[in-house]
Amino acid sequence: MSAKPRVRVPSTAKKGEVFEIKTVISHSMESGQRKAADGSPIPRKIIDKFVCTYNGKEVMTSQWYGAVSANPYLEFFCTATESGTLEFTWHDEGGETYTATADIKVT
Amino acid sequence: MSVLKETRLALSRRQLLTAAGTGLVAAAGLSVMTARPAAAAASAEEMIAKIAGGTPKEGLVKVDGPEIAENGNTVPVTIEVESPMTADNYVKSVHVFADGNPSPEVAAFTFTPQSGKAFAKFRIRLAKTQNVRAVAMMSDGSSYVGSKEIKVTIGGCGG
Repeated sequence: MSAKPRVRVPSTAKKGEVFEIKTVISHSMESGQRKAADGSPIPRKIIDKFVCTYNGKEVMTSQWYGAVSANPYLEFFCTATESGTLEFTWHDEGGETYTATADIKVT
Repeated sequence: MSVLKETRLALSRRQLLTAAGTGLVAAAGLSVMTARPAAAAASAEEMIAKIAGGTPKEGLVKVDGPEIAENGNTVPVTIEVESPMTADNYVKSVHVFADGNPSPEVAAFTFTPQSGKAFAKFRIRLAKTQNVRAVAMMSDGSSYVGSKEIKVTIGGCGG
């Protein structure tokens, strides 16, 4: 199952404004605690790191563990400083990464 | 009836005296009473102590979530820290713990002054009714903790 990220960022913001960012990614976040019907444990597979950068500069990074729900949703804030691109990266424990970008115009 | 009552009283008095005399009975009773819940909580406590480098102060950190979560698989929680987010005074990180989960660590967020607000809303798994705690590390090295009890109807760890 491929992970599909979705992000919501306002297209414009005033300089200095603190705006809201909403992100969600489809991912099973298999905790390794569950067992399959035959009793064998389902192997752990989670996204353990999320990074948000603004024109290449880190705004927020997050470490996730097995207790983060499937299809992880995250809402957080960022200060508008200049027009540019926000990049979101989800890092899977298995080494896979998923990215999404959003442009913002700062007036 | 009255004989029975007296016997009971005598027994409890003897126990009490023994306990007071040696202190052992009382200590053993206490450790039995606290041993089970402490087993899970202690590890979260240890992690908090390790991160904060001591005991964090109560306050500033607000943990919000439902009073009762019907489905422990996806419980929405909001963490917010009351603090300015300027270059010399901001919230560096927030660590979230769930004492009653098989593994108490839930998530950690590293903020920057650019964040504007030390805020995160996300969804977590809770195995049972428990306290969700968040520890905030400030840029000046101080730490604060906040918590919220969330009642869970159906646990979310797949048993």
